[in-house]
Amino acid sequence: MRRTKLLKQDIAFGTFRLVSYFIVLVLVALLSFIIFRGAGAINWTFISAMPQDGMTAGGILPAIVGTLCLMVGSMVFAFPVGVLSGIYIHEYLKDSWFKHALQLMTNNLAGIPSIVFGLFGMALFVNYLDFGDSILAGSLTLGLLSLPVIIRTTEESLKAVDDTLRVGSYALGATKLQTITRVVLPVAFPNILTGLILSMSRVSGETAPILFTVAAYFLPRLPTGIFDQVMALPYHLYVITTSGTNIEESRPMAYGTAFVLIVIVLLFNLMANTLRRYFSKKVKMN
Amino acid sequence: MFKAQATDLHLHYGDFHALKGINFTVMPNTVTALIGPSGCGKSTFLRLFNRMNDLIDNVRIEGTVLLDGEDIYQKDLAVDELRKRVGMVFQKPTPFPKSIFENVAYGLRVNEVRDKLALEEVVETNLRRVALWDEVKDNLKKSAMALSGGQQQRLCIARALAVEPALVLMDEPTSALDPISSAAIEELIYQLKENFTIIIVTHNMQQAGRVSDRTAYFYLGELVEFDNTKTVFTNPRDPRTQNYITGRMG
Repeated sequence: MRRTKLLKQDIAFGTFRLVSYFIVLVLVALLSFIIFRGAGAINWTFISAMPQDGMTAGGILPAIVGTLCLMVGSMVFAFPVGVLSGIYIHEYLKDSWFKHALQLMTNNLAGIPSIVFGLFGMALFVNYLDFGDSILAGSLTLGLLSLPVIIRTTEESLKAVDDTLRVGSYALGATKLQTITRVVLPVAFPNILTGLILSMSRVSGETAPILFTVAAYFLPRLPTGIFDQVMALPYHLYVITTSGTNIEESRPMAYGTAFVLIVIVLLFNLMANTLRRYFSKKVKMN
Repeated sequence: MFKAQATDLHLHYGDFHALKGINFTVMPNTVTALIGPSGCGKSTFLRLFNRMNDLIDNVRIEGTVLLDGEDIYQKDLAVDELRKRVGMVFQKPTPFPKSIFENVAYGLRVNEVRDKLALEEVVETNLRRVALWDEVKDNLKKSAMALSGGQQQRLCIARALAVEPALVLMDEPTSALDPISSAAIEELIYQLKENFTIIIVTHNMQQAGRVSDRTAYFYLGELVEFDNTKTVFTNPRDPRTQNYITGRMG
C-alpha cells in the first residue's frame, strides 16, 4: 500500500521534472542556435554602421535605434495610461457590472491579434490623424498593444498590497488619494515597474503592429524627430530573410540581427529583475 | 460631559442585524473594555466611532453616535477629518513600509504639516509616550518593518497618538503579541489614560480586568451588561455575563 503511494509520487515528480527540463532545453537550444549562427556576425561595425550593399553588408544601427525609439515611445504613452487605469479599476471602482465589463474588455484587448492592432493603427494614426508612417504612429500602436498587460500588472500589484496598510492609513485621517500615493503605490511600484520593463521587451519584438505604421524597408539614416520613419530589428530580420536583395548573402546579417534582438530582450528582463529586487529591498529597509 | 456616546444604535450588514439598540457612554480619561465572544459585535461597535464601517458595502446604521457632543453621522461631515480626531490601533501591528520617523509623522503629513521642527518634536513626544524612544532614537530613519512585533505595535500606538486624538480605539491590540510585549502595552494603556480616552476590544478577560475602568459585555449584538469593571467581574447582574466571565460560554 505504502509502496504504491510512494511509486505514484515518484512517477508524478518524475513527470513534472521532465516537463520542466524540456522547457529549459527548448530555451537553451534556441539560444545556442542563435548564438552559434549569429555571434560571428557581431562586431563593432555591425552595431554601429548603416546597412550597405543592399543590406548584405555593413551594420544595423538604424534598426537598433529604431527599435529603442519604439520601445521608449510606446511606454511614454502606455505606462501612464495603463497605470492610471489600473489604479482606477482596482482602487476606485466598486464591485459592479461596470468594473467587470472593464476587466473583460481589458482581457479581450489582450487577445486581439497584433496584426489587427497594426491595421487599426494605420487607419487611425497614420491615415485619419495624418501622422504618416512615423515613430509617433508606431509607438501609439505598440502602446495600445501593451496597455492590457500594463493594466493587468498594475491591478495585480495593487491587489498584492496588504489591505491593513490602506485601513491603517484611512484610520489616520488620510484621504483615498493620499493613501494611494503615500502608502499603496510605493509598495506596489516595484512590481508595476517590472511589468513596464517586460512590456518594453515584448514591444521590441513585435513586427505586425509596426508593419503599416512605422517600419521602413531600408532607411540608412537615424531619425531626427517623432514624425520620421525608422527601421526596426524584427522587421529588418523579416526583410533580409524573405525579401532582401540577396537572401543567401544576408543570412549572417539575419542571424546577427536575431542575436542583437535577443540580447536586448534578455537585457531588459535582467534589468526588470534587478530593479524589482533593488526596490523591494528599499521599501522594506529604508 | 460624555466623551463619546451611542444612543439606540442599530447596525445591519445586509440582512444581518449586527448591533441591536446599543446605549453606551464613555467619560473622558477613562479606559472602557468591550468584551464578548467572537462575532458578538464588539469590533463592529468600536469601528462606529471612526466610521471604519463605511469602508464595508451594505452597512445600514440607525441611531446616533456623538463625539464631544457632535453627531458624527450627520450629513456633510468630513470623514477624514473625523478620523484625525479618533485614533485607532489594530489587532495586527500595521506599520507602513516607511521609516520609523515617517510612520509616526504620517498623520501630520497627511494633514499637510510641513514644519520640520514641529514634526521632530511630535515624533519624539509620541515615541516617548509609548516608551519606544530610547530603543529607536538613533535609528529613526530605519524601516519600521525591521522592528519586533511588540515594538511595531507600540509604534502604531505612537502613530495614532501623534495627531492628539480625542478618542483612541484599540481592537485587540495585544492578541498578536507575546506575553512580555502584551504586558508592556497594558502598562502603557494604563498610563495613557491621563491624556486620552480609550476604548479597547479584548478577548482576554484578565486584560480587561487589569486595564479598564468600565467594561461592556456584548452578546449576539446586544449590550448585555455595562458597568464598572469591578462590578462586572465580581457581581454581574445578567446570568449571561456570569456565564461568560466564568468561562462556561464563549
